[in-house]
Amino acid sequence: MSQTAKYPPEVNTLYERLKREAEAGGYTLNPDKEFTLSLVQGLIDNEKRFGYMACPCRLAYGEKDKDIDIICPCYYRDQDLEEFGACYCCLYVNEDWTSGRKPHKSIPDRRPPEFVLSGFSEPAASIETTGTSKSIGPLPYPVWRCKVCGYLAARNEPPGVCPVCKAKKDRFERFI
Amino acid sequence: MNFTHVPGTNNKHKVTLYALSTCGWCRKTKELLDSQNVEYDYIYVDQCQGEERTRATAAVRELNPRGSFPTLKIDDEVVAGFDEERILELLA
Ligand code: SF4
Repeated sequence: MSQTAKYPPEVNTLYERLKREAEAGGYTLNPDKEFTLSLVQGLIDNEKRFGYMACPCRLAYGEKDKDIDIICPCYYRDQDLEEFGACYCCLYVNEDWTSGRKPHKSIPDRRPPEFVLSGFSEPAASIETTGTSKSIGPLPYPVWRCKVCGYLAARNEPPGVCPVCKAKKDRFERFI
Repeated sequence: MNFTHVPGTNNKHKVTLYALSTCGWCRKTKELLDSQNVEYDYIYVDQCQGEERTRATAAVRELNPRGSFPTLKIDDEVVAGFDEERILELLA
């Protein structure tokens, strides 16, 4: 049986989409397709349970505000890619990992352990939509920062979807 | 807590696995135990609710203060994360 045949079509569809988006944004999905498909199945299970794709390898709290840091791609992904060549779940990997320069092992979670019980503790909603264009000091526009990948956008409101990592609007913070 | 028992011919050790049903490393840990025919008990903490979930997360954090998954207990040793070598060593 082929790897893909074991999973329902929705898993394969999401896999293809994530792969496309990853590559367009300069990221790489784990080439171990069997492993990756099982994580994509986990993302779909979580989406059905919670309404958002909580990280498959972390215990979600079950409320969006409290899980906002671990909605995939999580706030920890890019740092983990830098340090370990893979994100915590190993859904995303980089050259260091595929080439074997970094070991193919599970890595420590950089999410603070107290979040496991109480969820994300950062003050909620750093995004307030400005409505009208406000001038901040000499800047004609506020600057929004994607908390997943660091993409910056100077405009009245954060982008609906991050053009680099596809994180949604609610995962931007006001940067300047 | 509601553990699922997996029978196996290799029953020299008391093996308990705290896992998430959606996690790739938890799945690899289960597959490794299965491939070694190990007898063990496991619980999917993400599928627990209320009181049981509170008890399960407390048990995990007592074994592994990071509260991460998989958390595997083999006799009195704890393996946090998927560490094939260490698991095989402890099962030997
Ligand atoms: S990027 Fe990786 S570690 Fe982060 S939520 Fe997605 S699968 Fe999990």
